[in-house]
Amino acid sequence: MAYKIVTSQCTACGACEFECPNGAISMKGDTYVINAAKCTECEGQFDQPQCVAVCPVPKTCIKA
Amino acid sequence: MQPIAISGILPSASVADIRQTLESGGCSTTDRCGASAGPDDLPAAVWERIKDHPCYSEEAHHYFARMHVAVAPACNIQCNYCNRKYDCANESRPGVVSERLTPDQAVRKVVAVANEIPQLSVLGVAGPGDSLYDARKTFATFDLVAKAIPDIKFCVSTNGLALPDYVDELAQHNIDHVTITINMIDPTVGEQIYPWIYFRNRRWTGLDAAKILHERQMEGLEAVVAKGILVKINSVMIPGINDHHLMDVNAAVRARGAFLHNVMPLISDAAHGTAFGLSGQRGPTPQELKGLQDQLGGGANLMKHCRQCRADAVGLLGEDRGQEFTLDQLPDEVVYDPARRSAYRDVVEAERDDRRAAARAADQALATARDTLLIAITTKGGGRINQHFGHATEFQVYEVDRSGVRFVGHRRADNYCLGGHGDDDRLESVIAALEGIDAILTAKIGDCPRDRLEQAGLVVLEDWATDYIEPAAAAAYQRLREAPPLRRSA
Repeated sequence: MAYKIVTSQCTACGACEFECPNGAISMKGDTYVINAAKCTECEGQFDQPQCVAVCPVPKTCIKA
Repeated sequence: MQPIAISGILPSASVADIRQTLESGGCSTTDRCGASAGPDDLPAAVWERIKDHPCYSEEAHHYFARMHVAVAPACNIQCNYCNRKYDCANESRPGVVSERLTPDQAVRKVVAVANEIPQLSVLGVAGPGDSLYDARKTFATFDLVAKAIPDIKFCVSTNGLALPDYVDELAQHNIDHVTITINMIDPTVGEQIYPWIYFRNRRWTGLDAAKILHERQMEGLEAVVAKGILVKINSVMIPGINDHHLMDVNAAVRARGAFLHNVMPLISDAAHGTAFGLSGQRGPTPQELKGLQDQLGGGANLMKHCRQCRADAVGLLGEDRGQEFTLDQLPDEVVYDPARRSAYRDVVEAERDDRRAAARAADQALATARDTLLIAITTKGGGRINQHFGHATEFQVYEVDRSGVRFVGHRRADNYCLGGHGDDDRLESVIAALEGIDAILTAKIGDCPRDRLEQAGLVVLEDWATDYIEPAAAAAYQRLREAPPLRRSA
Protein backbone atom coordinates (compact mmCIF):
# COMPACT_ATOMS: atom_id res chain seq x y z
CA MET A 1 0.00 0.00 0.00
CA ALA A 2 1.55 3.21 -1.13
CA TYR A 3 1.05 6.34 -3.19
CA LYS A 4 2.96 7.35 -6.28
CA ILE A 5 3.52 10.61 -8.18
CA VAL A 6 2.50 11.01 -11.82
CA THR A 7 5.79 12.51 -12.92
CA SER A 8 4.46 14.02 -16.16
CA GLN A 9 2.17 16.25 -14.06
CA CYS A 10 4.52 17.04 -11.16
CA THR A 11 5.54 20.72 -10.97
CA ALA A 12 8.39 19.85 -8.58
CA CYS A 13 7.23 22.45 -6.07
CA GLY A 14 8.35 20.20 -3.22
CA ALA A 15 5.32 20.70 -0.98
CA CYS A 16 4.82 16.93 -0.66
CA GLU A 17 8.41 16.36 0.39
CA PHE A 18 7.97 19.06 3.03
CA GLU A 19 4.78 17.51 4.41
CA CYS A 20 5.42 13.77 4.19
CA PRO A 21 5.55 12.49 7.79
CA ASN A 22 7.59 9.46 6.75
CA GLY A 23 10.38 11.07 4.76
CA ALA A 24 9.25 8.91 1.84
CA ILE A 25 9.46 11.59 -0.84
CA SER A 26 12.62 12.83 -2.51
CA MET A 27 13.79 14.53 -5.66
CA LYS A 28 14.82 12.19 -8.44
CA GLY A 29 15.84 13.82 -11.71
CA ASP A 30 13.43 16.65 -12.41
CA THR A 31 10.53 15.54 -10.23
CA TYR A 32 9.73 13.98 -6.89
CA VAL A 33 9.19 10.29 -6.27
CA ILE A 34 7.62 8.34 -3.40
CA ASN A 35 9.56 5.47 -1.85
CA ALA A 36 6.85 2.82 -1.60
CA ALA A 37 8.68 1.05 1.19
CA LYS A 38 8.37 4.10 3.44
CA CYS A 39 4.87 5.27 2.40
CA THR A 40 2.12 4.49 4.93
CA GLU A 41 -0.61 6.40 3.08
CA CYS A 42 -0.58 8.42 6.32
CA GLU A 43 -2.83 5.78 7.90
CA GLY A 44 -3.06 6.28 11.61
CA GLN A 45 -1.16 9.56 11.23
CA PHE A 46 -3.56 11.95 9.48
CA ASP A 47 -7.09 12.04 8.05
CA GLN A 48 -5.75 12.50 4.54
CA PRO A 49 -2.52 11.42 2.83
CA GLN A 50 -0.49 14.59 3.18
CA CYS A 51 0.97 14.53 -0.32
CA VAL A 52 -2.54 14.38 -1.79
CA ALA A 53 -3.80 17.15 0.49
CA VAL A 54 -1.05 19.61 -0.44
CA CYS A 55 -0.35 18.78 -4.11
CA PRO A 56 -1.41 21.69 -6.37
CA VAL A 57 -2.10 19.48 -9.40
CA PRO A 58 -5.24 17.27 -9.26
CA LYS A 59 -4.70 13.51 -9.58
CA THR A 60 -0.93 13.74 -9.41
CA CYS A 61 -0.40 11.92 -6.08
CA ILE A 62 -2.38 8.71 -6.61
CA LYS A 63 -2.60 5.17 -5.26
CA ALA A 64 0.11 3.04 -6.71
CA MET B 1 16.51 46.19 -27.30
CA GLN B 2 19.31 46.51 -24.86
CA PRO B 3 19.19 49.74 -22.86
CA ILE B 4 22.46 51.53 -22.25
CA ALA B 5 22.76 50.73 -18.58
CA ILE B 6 24.60 52.68 -15.95
CA SER B 7 25.88 49.27 -14.97
CA GLY B 8 28.16 49.57 -17.98
CA ILE B 9 30.09 52.30 -16.26
CA LEU B 10 33.39 51.29 -14.78
CA PRO B 11 33.81 51.66 -11.02
CA SER B 12 36.52 54.22 -11.72
CA ALA B 13 34.11 56.55 -13.52
CA SER B 14 33.75 59.92 -11.82
CA VAL B 15 30.45 61.13 -10.44
CA ALA B 16 30.35 63.72 -13.20
CA ASP B 17 30.80 60.99 -15.82
CA ILE B 18 27.98 58.94 -14.39
CA ARG B 19 25.64 61.94 -14.31
CA GLN B 20 26.55 62.68 -17.90
CA THR B 21 25.54 59.14 -18.80
CA LEU B 22 22.25 59.45 -16.94
CA GLU B 23 21.48 62.60 -18.87
CA SER B 24 22.23 60.90 -22.14
CA GLY B 25 19.76 58.17 -21.34
CA GLY B 26 21.85 55.78 -19.36
CA CYS B 27 20.01 54.39 -16.39
CA SER B 28 17.77 51.46 -17.07
CA THR B 29 14.96 52.14 -14.58
CA THR B 30 11.74 51.91 -16.51
CA ASP B 31 9.09 51.12 -13.94
CA ARG B 32 7.71 52.57 -10.80
CA CYS B 33 6.57 50.52 -7.91
CA GLY B 34 5.58 52.13 -4.58
CA ALA B 35 4.06 55.11 -2.88
CA SER B 36 4.23 58.56 -4.38
CA ALA B 37 5.34 60.05 -1.09
CA GLY B 38 8.73 61.69 -0.85
CA PRO B 39 10.80 62.87 2.10
CA ASP B 40 8.46 65.84 2.55
CA ASP B 41 5.44 63.66 3.24
CA LEU B 42 6.80 61.03 5.62
CA PRO B 43 8.47 60.89 9.00
CA ALA B 44 12.26 60.88 8.50
CA ALA B 45 12.67 57.44 10.07
CA VAL B 46 10.14 55.88 7.69
CA TRP B 47 11.55 57.65 4.64
CA GLU B 48 14.98 56.31 5.53
CA ARG B 49 13.59 52.77 5.45
CA ILE B 50 11.82 53.02 2.10
CA LYS B 51 13.84 55.54 0.11
CA ASP B 52 15.91 52.91 -1.71
CA HIS B 53 13.13 50.35 -2.08
CA PRO B 54 11.71 50.55 -5.60
CA CYS B 55 8.43 48.88 -4.62
CA TYR B 56 7.75 50.96 -1.52
CA SER B 57 8.83 54.35 -2.86
CA GLU B 58 7.67 55.65 -6.20
CA GLU B 59 10.66 57.98 -6.30
CA ALA B 60 13.06 55.12 -5.58
CA HIS B 61 11.73 53.13 -8.48
CA HIS B 62 13.38 55.55 -10.89
CA TYR B 63 16.76 54.73 -9.39
CA PHE B 64 16.83 51.36 -7.68
CA ALA B 65 16.39 47.80 -8.81
CA ARG B 66 15.06 44.68 -7.19
CA MET B 67 15.58 41.04 -7.82
CA HIS B 68 13.54 38.02 -6.85
CA VAL B 69 14.92 34.57 -6.28
CA ALA B 70 12.61 31.60 -6.62
CA VAL B 71 13.86 29.49 -3.72
CA ALA B 72 10.54 28.50 -2.13
CA PRO B 73 8.32 27.06 -4.85
CA ALA B 74 5.87 25.17 -2.63
CA CYS B 75 2.55 26.77 -1.73
CA ASN B 76 -0.05 26.17 0.94
CA ILE B 77 -3.05 27.58 -0.90
CA GLN B 78 -4.51 27.54 -4.38
CA CYS B 79 -5.70 30.77 -5.98
CA ASN B 80 -7.96 30.85 -9.01
CA TYR B 81 -5.63 33.30 -10.75
CA CYS B 82 -2.53 31.13 -10.35
CA ASN B 83 -1.18 28.20 -12.31
CA ARG B 84 2.34 27.34 -11.33
CA LYS B 85 2.87 24.89 -14.15
CA TYR B 86 3.23 27.78 -16.52
CA ASP B 87 6.75 28.74 -17.53
CA CYS B 88 7.37 31.15 -20.36
CA ALA B 89 10.39 33.43 -20.54
CA ASN B 90 8.29 36.10 -22.23
CA GLU B 91 5.54 35.96 -19.70
CA SER B 92 5.54 38.65 -17.05
CA ARG B 93 3.22 38.13 -14.16
CA PRO B 94 3.49 37.08 -10.55
CA GLY B 95 4.10 33.42 -9.87
CA VAL B 96 5.82 32.74 -13.17
CA VAL B 97 9.42 31.64 -13.07
CA SER B 98 11.79 29.81 -15.36
CA GLU B 99 14.30 28.41 -12.91
CA ARG B 100 14.14 27.32 -9.31
CA LEU B 101 17.15 27.84 -7.11
CA THR B 102 18.63 26.32 -4.01
CA PRO B 103 19.77 28.90 -1.41
CA ASP B 104 23.40 28.35 -2.50
CA GLN B 105 22.56 28.93 -6.14
CA ALA B 106 20.51 31.97 -5.18
CA VAL B 107 23.46 33.61 -3.45
CA ARG B 108 25.66 33.13 -6.50
CA LYS B 109 22.99 34.75 -8.61
CA VAL B 110 22.47 37.69 -6.24
CA VAL B 111 26.19 38.45 -6.11
CA ALA B 112 26.53 38.20 -9.89
CA VAL B 113 23.62 40.62 -10.29
CA ALA B 114 24.96 43.05 -7.65
CA ASN B 115 28.28 43.16 -9.50
CA GLU B 116 26.55 43.87 -12.79
CA ILE B 117 23.57 46.05 -11.80
CA PRO B 118 24.67 48.74 -9.32
CA GLN B 119 21.05 49.87 -8.87
CA LEU B 120 20.29 46.66 -6.97
CA SER B 121 18.99 47.47 -3.51
CA VAL B 122 16.40 44.82 -2.67
CA LEU B 123 16.23 41.03 -2.65
CA GLY B 124 12.80 39.49 -2.43
CA VAL B 125 11.35 36.04 -2.20
CA ALA B 126 8.02 36.30 -3.93
CA GLY B 127 7.03 32.97 -5.36
CA PRO B 128 6.20 30.93 -7.15
CA GLY B 129 4.84 29.40 -4.03
CA ASP B 130 4.67 31.05 -0.65
CA SER B 131 7.85 32.44 0.88
CA LEU B 132 6.76 31.47 4.40
CA TYR B 133 5.23 28.07 3.77
CA ASP B 134 8.53 26.17 3.55
CA ALA B 135 10.23 29.14 5.19
CA ARG B 136 13.53 27.36 5.84
CA LYS B 137 14.64 27.97 2.27
CA THR B 138 13.72 31.65 2.40
CA PHE B 139 15.58 32.30 5.64
CA ALA B 140 18.60 30.21 4.61
CA THR B 141 18.88 32.32 1.46
CA PHE B 142 18.71 35.58 3.38
CA ASP B 143 21.35 34.38 5.86
CA LEU B 144 23.78 33.53 3.07
CA VAL B 145 23.16 36.74 1.14
CA ALA B 146 23.52 38.93 4.23
CA LYS B 147 27.02 37.52 4.71
CA ALA B 148 27.97 38.32 1.12
CA ILE B 149 26.26 41.71 0.71
CA PRO B 150 25.58 43.28 4.11
CA ASP B 151 23.62 46.33 2.93
CA ILE B 152 21.02 44.66 0.75
CA LYS B 153 17.40 44.88 1.93
CA PHE B 154 15.25 41.80 2.22
CA CYS B 155 11.57 41.45 1.66
CA VAL B 156 9.08 38.63 1.39
CA SER B 157 5.66 38.22 -0.18
CA THR B 158 3.17 35.87 1.41
CA ASN B 159 -0.47 34.89 1.26
CA GLY B 160 -0.47 35.24 5.05
CA LEU B 161 -1.60 31.74 5.97
CA ALA B 162 1.71 30.84 7.63
CA LEU B 163 2.60 34.40 8.62
CA PRO B 164 1.55 34.30 12.30
CA ASP B 165 4.03 31.44 12.85
CA TYR B 166 7.04 33.38 11.56
CA VAL B 167 6.69 36.88 13.01
CA ASP B 168 9.66 36.54 15.37
CA GLU B 169 11.84 34.93 12.77
CA LEU B 170 11.12 37.71 10.27
CA ALA B 171 12.22 40.29 12.81
CA GLN B 172 15.33 38.28 13.70
CA HIS B 173 16.36 38.13 10.05
CA ASN B 174 16.10 41.89 9.73
CA ILE B 175 13.30 41.71 7.22
CA ASP B 176 11.92 45.20 7.08
CA HIS B 177 9.33 44.77 4.36
CA VAL B 178 6.56 42.19 4.17
CA THR B 179 3.90 42.05 1.48
CA ILE B 180 0.67 40.18 2.16
CA THR B 181 -1.75 39.44 -0.65
CA ILE B 182 -5.22 40.12 0.77
CA ASN B 183 -8.08 39.91 -1.70
CA MET B 184 -11.00 39.80 0.72
CA ILE B 185 -12.12 40.23 4.30
CA ASP B 186 -15.40 38.43 3.70
CA PRO B 187 -15.10 34.64 3.38
CA THR B 188 -18.09 34.52 1.01
CA VAL B 189 -15.97 36.59 -1.36
CA GLY B 190 -12.91 34.53 -0.51
CA GLU B 191 -14.46 31.21 -1.47
CA GLN B 192 -14.83 32.50 -5.03
CA ILE B 193 -11.08 33.21 -5.17
CA TYR B 194 -9.51 30.33 -3.23
CA PRO B 195 -10.63 26.78 -4.06
CA TRP B 196 -8.62 25.30 -1.20
CA ILE B 197 -5.97 25.83 1.45
CA TYR B 198 -3.69 23.38 3.24
CA PHE B 199 -3.59 24.10 6.95
CA ARG B 200 -2.71 22.03 10.01
CA ASN B 201 -2.25 18.83 8.02
CA ARG B 202 -5.43 18.89 6.02
CA ARG B 203 -6.97 20.41 2.96
CA TRP B 204 -9.84 22.83 3.59
CA THR B 205 -12.26 23.98 0.91
CA GLY B 206 -15.15 26.40 0.48
CA LEU B 207 -16.16 28.81 3.18
CA ASP B 208 -14.02 27.08 5.83
CA ALA B 209 -10.88 27.63 3.77
CA ALA B 210 -11.63 31.30 3.21
CA LYS B 211 -12.48 31.82 6.90
CA ILE B 212 -9.21 30.32 8.10
CA LEU B 213 -7.19 32.26 5.54
CA HIS B 214 -8.90 35.52 6.47
CA GLU B 215 -8.32 35.05 10.19
CA ARG B 216 -4.66 34.12 9.70
CA GLN B 217 -4.11 37.12 7.40
CA MET B 218 -5.52 39.57 9.93
CA GLU B 219 -3.61 37.95 12.80
CA GLY B 220 -0.36 38.01 10.81
CA LEU B 221 -0.84 41.60 9.67
CA GLU B 222 -1.40 42.84 13.20
CA ALA B 223 1.55 40.87 14.55
CA VAL B 224 4.12 42.07 12.00
CA VAL B 225 2.92 45.67 12.29
CA ALA B 226 3.39 45.36 16.05
CA LYS B 227 7.01 44.33 15.36
CA GLY B 228 7.55 47.58 13.47
CA ILE B 229 7.86 45.87 10.09
CA LEU B 230 6.54 47.86 7.11
CA VAL B 231 3.66 46.00 5.50
CA LYS B 232 2.41 46.37 1.98
CA ILE B 233 -0.92 44.80 1.03
CA ASN B 234 -1.38 43.52 -2.50
CA SER B 235 -4.93 43.04 -3.71
CA VAL B 236 -5.91 41.55 -7.03
CA MET B 237 -8.90 43.40 -8.49
CA ILE B 238 -11.33 40.82 -9.91
CA PRO B 239 -14.36 42.43 -11.59
CA GLY B 240 -17.66 41.06 -10.32
CA ILE B 241 -16.01 39.25 -7.42
CA ASN B 242 -14.08 41.67 -5.22
CA ASP B 243 -13.91 44.96 -7.11
CA HIS B 244 -16.34 46.82 -4.84
CA HIS B 245 -15.28 44.80 -1.81
CA LEU B 246 -11.72 46.14 -2.04
CA MET B 247 -12.95 49.40 -0.48
CA ASP B 248 -13.67 47.41 2.69
CA VAL B 249 -10.35 45.57 2.40
CA ASN B 250 -8.58 48.91 2.16
CA ALA B 251 -10.29 50.22 5.30
CA ALA B 252 -9.55 47.00 7.20
CA VAL B 253 -5.84 46.87 6.37
CA ARG B 254 -5.31 50.57 7.00
CA ALA B 255 -6.99 50.21 10.39
CA ARG B 256 -4.47 47.45 11.19
CA GLY B 257 -1.48 49.55 10.27
CA ALA B 258 -0.58 48.53 6.72
CA PHE B 259 1.85 51.04 5.25
CA LEU B 260 0.91 50.74 1.61
CA HIS B 261 -1.97 49.29 -0.40
CA ASN B 262 -1.35 48.06 -3.93
CA VAL B 263 -4.42 47.25 -5.99
CA MET B 264 -3.41 45.26 -9.06
CA PRO B 265 -5.53 44.24 -12.03
CA LEU B 266 -6.28 40.54 -12.47
CA ILE B 267 -4.25 39.14 -15.35
CA SER B 268 -6.44 36.54 -16.97
CA ASP B 269 -6.03 34.57 -20.15
CA ALA B 270 -7.19 31.08 -21.08
CA ALA B 271 -3.67 30.38 -22.37
CA HIS B 272 -2.34 30.71 -18.80
CA GLY B 273 -4.39 27.71 -17.72
CA THR B 274 -5.60 29.40 -14.52
CA ALA B 275 -9.11 28.70 -13.22
CA PHE B 276 -10.10 32.30 -13.92
CA GLY B 277 -8.47 32.21 -17.34
CA LEU B 278 -10.36 29.06 -18.28
CA SER B 279 -13.69 30.27 -16.88
CA GLY B 280 -13.47 33.49 -18.88
CA GLN B 281 -13.22 35.74 -15.82
CA ARG B 282 -11.94 39.06 -17.18
CA GLY B 283 -9.52 41.51 -15.64
CA PRO B 284 -10.44 45.17 -15.08
CA THR B 285 -9.89 47.83 -17.74
CA PRO B 286 -7.32 50.56 -16.96
CA GLN B 287 -10.23 52.94 -16.41
CA GLU B 288 -11.89 50.59 -13.90
CA LEU B 289 -8.60 50.20 -12.05
CA LYS B 290 -7.99 53.94 -11.92
CA GLY B 291 -11.61 54.48 -10.83
CA LEU B 292 -11.10 52.18 -7.85
CA GLN B 293 -7.72 53.73 -7.00
CA ASP B 294 -9.30 57.18 -7.08
CA GLN B 295 -12.09 55.97 -4.80
CA LEU B 296 -9.49 54.64 -2.40
CA GLY B 297 -8.19 58.16 -2.05
CA GLY B 298 -4.79 57.77 -3.68
CA GLY B 299 -2.10 59.67 -1.88
CA ALA B 300 0.96 58.36 -0.15
CA ASN B 301 -0.57 55.10 0.93
CA LEU B 302 -1.74 53.84 -2.41
CA MET B 303 0.78 52.24 -4.69
CA LYS B 304 0.38 52.92 -8.40
CA HIS B 305 3.74 52.02 -9.85
CA CYS B 306 3.55 48.23 -9.46
CA ARG B 307 4.54 46.31 -12.58
CA GLN B 308 3.30 42.89 -11.42
CA CYS B 309 6.69 41.41 -12.10
CA ARG B 310 7.72 37.82 -12.51
CA ALA B 311 8.76 35.78 -9.53
CA ASP B 312 12.35 35.77 -10.83
CA ALA B 313 12.50 39.35 -12.09
CA VAL B 314 15.85 41.15 -12.09
CA GLY B 315 16.39 44.87 -12.63
CA LEU B 316 14.52 48.11 -12.45
CA LEU B 317 10.75 47.81 -12.22
CA GLY B 318 9.37 47.47 -15.73
CA GLU B 319 12.48 45.90 -17.08
CA ASP B 320 13.45 42.31 -16.56
CA ARG B 321 17.01 41.24 -17.08
CA GLY B 322 16.46 37.83 -15.53
CA GLN B 323 17.39 36.05 -18.73
CA GLU B 324 20.92 37.47 -18.48
CA PHE B 325 21.47 35.76 -15.16
CA THR B 326 20.26 32.20 -15.56
CA LEU B 327 22.26 29.54 -13.71
CA ASP B 328 24.05 28.28 -16.78
CA GLN B 329 25.48 31.76 -17.36
CA LEU B 330 26.81 32.22 -13.82
CA PRO B 331 30.44 31.49 -13.01
CA ASP B 332 31.02 28.75 -10.43
CA GLU B 333 32.43 31.23 -8.02
CA VAL B 334 31.53 34.88 -7.74
CA VAL B 335 33.06 37.45 -5.44
CA TYR B 336 31.09 40.53 -4.49
CA ASP B 337 32.62 43.84 -5.53
CA PRO B 338 30.94 46.75 -3.71
CA ALA B 339 32.60 49.49 -5.79
CA ARG B 340 29.91 49.98 -8.42
CA ARG B 341 26.96 49.98 -6.07
CA SER B 342 28.69 52.43 -3.81
CA ALA B 343 29.60 54.82 -6.67
CA TYR B 344 26.07 54.59 -7.99
CA ARG B 345 24.56 55.48 -4.63
CA ASP B 346 26.65 58.64 -4.40
CA VAL B 347 25.39 59.75 -7.78
CA VAL B 348 21.78 59.00 -6.97
CA GLU B 349 21.87 61.03 -3.78
CA ALA B 350 22.82 64.14 -5.74
CA GLU B 351 20.45 63.38 -8.63
CA ARG B 352 17.49 62.94 -6.34
CA ASP B 353 18.00 66.27 -4.59
CA ASP B 354 18.32 67.97 -7.95
CA ARG B 355 15.22 66.37 -9.36
CA ARG B 356 13.15 67.10 -6.27
CA ALA B 357 14.05 70.80 -6.47
CA ALA B 358 13.13 70.83 -10.17
CA ALA B 359 9.83 69.09 -9.41
CA ARG B 360 8.95 71.61 -6.70
CA ALA B 361 9.63 74.51 -9.06
CA ALA B 362 7.46 72.82 -11.69
CA ASP B 363 4.58 72.45 -9.23
CA GLN B 364 4.76 76.15 -8.39
CA ALA B 365 4.73 77.12 -12.06
CA LEU B 366 1.41 75.30 -12.44
CA ALA B 367 -0.44 77.21 -9.70
CA THR B 368 -2.60 78.97 -12.28
CA ALA B 369 -3.41 75.88 -14.33
CA ARG B 370 -7.12 75.69 -15.12
CA ASP B 371 -7.60 72.06 -16.18
CA THR B 372 -6.00 68.64 -16.12
CA LEU B 373 -3.82 66.96 -18.75
CA LEU B 374 -2.63 63.37 -18.82
CA ILE B 375 0.90 63.18 -20.17
CA ALA B 376 2.71 59.96 -21.06
CA ILE B 377 6.52 59.86 -21.04
CA THR B 378 9.19 57.37 -22.08
CA THR B 379 12.06 56.79 -19.70
CA LYS B 380 14.93 54.42 -19.05
CA GLY B 381 15.16 55.62 -15.48
CA GLY B 382 16.76 58.34 -13.46
CA GLY B 383 13.51 60.34 -13.53
CA ARG B 384 14.32 61.67 -16.99
CA ILE B 385 12.73 61.59 -20.44
CA ASN B 386 15.56 59.60 -21.94
CA GLN B 387 14.06 56.77 -23.96
CA HIS B 388 13.36 56.52 -27.67
CA PHE B 389 9.66 56.01 -28.41
CA GLY B 390 10.38 52.88 -30.41
CA HIS B 391 12.19 51.30 -27.50
CA ALA B 392 9.48 51.91 -24.94
CA THR B 393 7.72 48.84 -23.65
CA GLU B 394 5.65 50.99 -21.34
CA PHE B 395 4.71 54.61 -20.74
CA GLN B 396 4.68 56.34 -17.40
CA VAL B 397 1.61 58.54 -17.01
CA TYR B 398 1.58 61.85 -15.19
CA GLU B 399 -1.41 63.96 -14.29
CA VAL B 400 -0.75 67.69 -14.62
CA ASP B 401 -3.01 70.26 -13.01
CA ARG B 402 -2.90 73.22 -10.65
CA SER B 403 -1.66 71.09 -7.77
CA GLY B 404 1.37 69.99 -9.77
CA VAL B 405 2.74 67.00 -11.66
CA ARG B 406 1.89 63.59 -10.23
CA PHE B 407 2.71 60.06 -11.31
CA VAL B 408 -0.58 58.21 -11.72
CA GLY B 409 0.39 54.91 -13.32
CA HIS B 410 1.84 53.23 -16.32
CA ARG B 411 0.49 51.82 -19.54
CA ARG B 412 2.03 48.71 -20.95
CA ALA B 413 2.77 48.83 -24.62
CA ASP B 414 3.79 45.21 -24.98
CA ASN B 415 1.66 42.50 -23.67
CA TYR B 416 3.43 39.37 -22.53
CA CYS B 417 4.35 36.88 -25.23
CA LEU B 418 4.64 39.58 -27.87
CA GLY B 419 6.70 37.40 -30.21
CA GLY B 420 5.54 37.28 -33.78
CA HIS B 421 3.69 40.58 -33.96
CA GLY B 422 4.68 43.05 -36.64
CA ASP B 423 5.47 46.69 -36.02
CA ASP B 424 2.12 47.84 -37.36
CA ASP B 425 0.23 45.66 -34.94
CA ARG B 426 2.46 46.88 -32.19
CA LEU B 427 1.79 50.52 -32.96
CA GLU B 428 -1.95 49.87 -32.94
CA SER B 429 -1.69 48.27 -29.51
CA VAL B 430 0.43 51.23 -28.32
CA ILE B 431 -2.22 53.67 -29.51
CA ALA B 432 -4.93 51.62 -27.82
CA ALA B 433 -2.91 51.58 -24.61
CA LEU B 434 -2.62 55.37 -24.70
CA GLU B 435 -6.38 55.94 -24.66
CA GLY B 436 -7.23 59.10 -22.74
CA ILE B 437 -3.67 60.48 -22.89
CA ASP B 438 -3.33 64.07 -24.15
CA ALA B 439 0.37 64.22 -25.00
CA ILE B 440 3.50 62.10 -25.23
CA LEU B 441 6.93 63.39 -24.23
CA THR B 442 9.71 61.25 -25.60
CA ALA B 443 13.43 61.50 -26.29
CA LYS B 444 13.03 60.73 -29.97
CA ILE B 445 10.41 59.39 -32.35
CA GLY B 446 10.34 58.47 -36.05
CA ASP B 447 8.18 60.37 -38.55
CA CYS B 448 5.89 57.44 -39.29
CA PRO B 449 4.83 56.63 -35.71
CA ARG B 450 4.58 60.36 -35.01
CA ASP B 451 2.10 60.77 -37.87
CA ARG B 452 0.04 57.83 -36.68
CA LEU B 453 -0.08 59.10 -33.11
CA GLU B 454 -1.05 62.58 -34.25
CA GLN B 455 -3.79 61.11 -36.42
CA ALA B 456 -5.06 59.41 -33.29
CA GLY B 457 -5.30 62.82 -31.63
CA LEU B 458 -2.16 62.75 -29.49
CA VAL B 459 0.33 65.60 -29.23
CA VAL B 460 3.90 64.34 -29.60
CA LEU B 461 6.81 66.40 -28.25
CA GLU B 462 10.56 65.75 -28.28
CA ASP B 463 11.54 69.15 -26.88
CA TRP B 464 12.49 67.94 -23.44
CA ALA B 465 14.69 64.96 -24.30
CA THR B 466 16.93 64.00 -21.34
CA ASP B 467 15.22 66.53 -19.02
CA TYR B 468 13.66 65.65 -15.66
CA ILE B 469 10.07 64.48 -16.04
CA GLU B 470 8.25 66.97 -13.80
CA PRO B 471 9.54 70.28 -15.21
CA ALA B 472 9.13 68.89 -18.73
CA ALA B 473 5.51 67.92 -18.04
CA ALA B 474 4.82 71.38 -16.58
CA ALA B 475 6.40 73.09 -19.59
CA ALA B 476 4.41 70.85 -21.93
CA TYR B 477 1.20 71.84 -20.13
CA GLN B 478 2.01 75.50 -20.62
CA ARG B 479 2.92 74.98 -24.27
CA LEU B 480 -0.33 73.14 -25.00
CA ARG B 481 -2.49 75.62 -23.19
CA GLU B 482 -0.86 78.75 -24.57
CA ALA B 483 -0.59 77.66 -28.18
CA PRO B 484 -2.26 74.32 -28.80
CA PRO B 485 -0.48 72.59 -31.68
CA LEU B 486 -2.58 71.76 -34.69
CA ARG B 487 -4.41 68.51 -34.11
CA ARG B 488 -5.62 66.42 -36.92
CA SER B 489 -8.83 64.54 -36.35
CA ALA B 490 -8.55 60.80 -36.06
